[in-house]
Amino acid sequence: MSTASPITSPSPSRRPSTRPINPGDRLFRRVLMGLSGVVVAVLALIAIYLAKLSWPAIHEFGLGFFWTTDWDPVKEHFGAGAFIFGTLVSSFFALALAVPLSIAVGLFLTELAPPRAAAVVGFMVEMLAAIPSVVYGLWGIFFLAPLLRLYVQPFLGRHFGWLFLFQGPPYGIGMLAAGLILAIMVTPTITAICREVFRAVPNTQREAALGLGATKWEMIRLAVVKSSWSGVFGAGILGLGRALGETMAVTMLIGNRNEISTSLFSPGQTMASVIANEYAEAGSNIHVAALAYVGLALFVVSFAVNHLARRIVKRLEMGGTR
Amino acid sequence: MRFVLPLILFALSGSASADVVSINGAGATFPYPLYSKWFSEYRKVDPGVEINYQSIGSGGGVRQLLEKTIDFGASDAPMKDEQLAKAATPIYHFPTVLGAVTLAFNLPGFTGELKLTPELVADLFLGKIYYWNDAKIAAVNPGVALPDVPVMIIHRSDGSGTTAVFTDYLSKVSPEWKTKVGSGTAVKWPIGIGGKGNEGVTGFLKNSPGAIGFVELLYAETNHLQVASLKNAAGNFVRPSVAAVTEAAAGALKDIPKDFRVSITNSSGKSAYPIASFTYLLLYKKSAPAKSAKLKAFLGWALGDGQKLAESLFYAPLPAELAARARAQIKEIE
Repeated sequence: MSTASPITSPSPSRRPSTRPINPGDRLFRRVLMGLSGVVVAVLALIAIYLAKLSWPAIHEFGLGFFWTTDWDPVKEHFGAGAFIFGTLVSSFFALALAVPLSIAVGLFLTELAPPRAAAVVGFMVEMLAAIPSVVYGLWGIFFLAPLLRLYVQPFLGRHFGWLFLFQGPPYGIGMLAAGLILAIMVTPTITAICREVFRAVPNTQREAALGLGATKWEMIRLAVVKSSWSGVFGAGILGLGRALGETMAVTMLIGNRNEISTSLFSPGQTMASVIANEYAEAGSNIHVAALAYVGLALFVVSFAVNHLARRIVKRLEMGGTR
Repeated sequence: MRFVLPLILFALSGSASADVVSINGAGATFPYPLYSKWFSEYRKVDPGVEINYQSIGSGGGVRQLLEKTIDFGASDAPMKDEQLAKAATPIYHFPTVLGAVTLAFNLPGFTGELKLTPELVADLFLGKIYYWNDAKIAAVNPGVALPDVPVMIIHRSDGSGTTAVFTDYLSKVSPEWKTKVGSGTAVKWPIGIGGKGNEGVTGFLKNSPGAIGFVELLYAETNHLQVASLKNAAGNFVRPSVAAVTEAAAGALKDIPKDFRVSITNSSGKSAYPIASFTYLLLYKKSAPAKSAKLKAFLGWALGDGQKLAESLFYAPLPAELAARARAQIKEIE
């Protein structure tokens, strides 16, 4: 559900020329315009359908749906607050881990690694993107969760238990496991874009830095990273888009508890996972409508996050050229 | 691309032979392994019919049946009156087999028999018992060494017939559960961690010492989970088994109404396992004549010879008397 990468958006300064267009070009232009229209129409149709399906729930619960947390299919009270919280926390936690990792891998691949090693490592990272999410989920249940429960969570609890993030009993399953698996899943996307962004930095800039007597570290910091921030940010947004909507692996690992908790050890629930969990067996119309409303909420949240991110990228770009 | 052309030809040849009647159904996931076996075995009995079944869940089965996008539906829970009222022509319920929900747990090194009473099960799932060596559990299991391990409750995160049966049972045996939580395919669980599907719950159970959760008998058996014996309405502790589940239906026989829509949890049979339920095929009274004749023939087979296939897949066959009653209902389909 992510929108296009901000780094591929055309620069606004390019204007259509005023000279007469030849008929072939005109046809070509119309065809492309039509096809682009299809994409927009699909997005609009999804939004309209979701709104229509969720109408009974919108009517019944209104905007309060977004911040109430009671989700009781038996008594037919529905509020998506806990799911929105779970989606945002798991996604941003995943990004907090994946972005630094991806920047590091991207820099290694473009600046430091010998070409052959770079090819192998790059290939491996891309392979991560090809693993189906249900496989990530299974791996999470049978490997990651026991590892967290037996070693990582007791360690964190013992040494960082004073911090609200690491409190409560170690289940293995929960927000921590879901965030970790998401981080692994979005890393290939972010790394691939970071690598391209770093590669796009002109070599003259690197040479200039080295020529001024910079060490390799200073050169990377000043010549490569500093001029790439907006691209890296865009890479993060694409990763976030995937993390927000990821369903299967998260559902298998997050513990599916409709509760807001400040600890990463506790189970939670995301918007995508509650839909996946309950849609097939939703009995009453209002339950189906409430789930569609959650879908609409996910739509709105993704939209808002992407929009906000684009504005930040734009600001970064302007700051960069100052 | 080389593989695509033969595939297309194959698909065309399949749909071109006009003498095979194709029947589409959808619904419950719980009986899916048995149904798919039935449908493939039945092709040997009558090669002129092809039955397709999609296990999309009971709720989806009922919805699609009401929208008439399928020829028959399947559900673990009987349809509610208000759902039946929406149907254009009457819908008949045919019980096919019985399933049981077991309480499975993971206590490493524990080899004895764990006995649970209905009150204990309700207390566990209401979050009132924190440790396995709680005095309440010990009182029911005299002489059994229970470890000092925290209890971890595992429930289903997805809506399911299994959840409906389990919460229906808890609502019958615990007034507190009934008012606080209630019953349905998805409920607001007071405590615990949710696993997706029987396989998700099984996965959590296997990896979490101290865990207890509920899964279908099939999953408990094939994954060699430790299961608890449960005190039934007659006061006997019963281990879940195919025979004890059939007994639950036999014990409730006189209470089963003409349309078969009934809950048989907490059955009064002496050796009945208390968390059991029917699973149903749902048919319209009227449908296309060619299809309806084939479906009726299939039902006759499923409720007769087909029953013998159930036990090997850990489904409990219907008691003979009930199967006969269900077969008699086939005549009412037009």
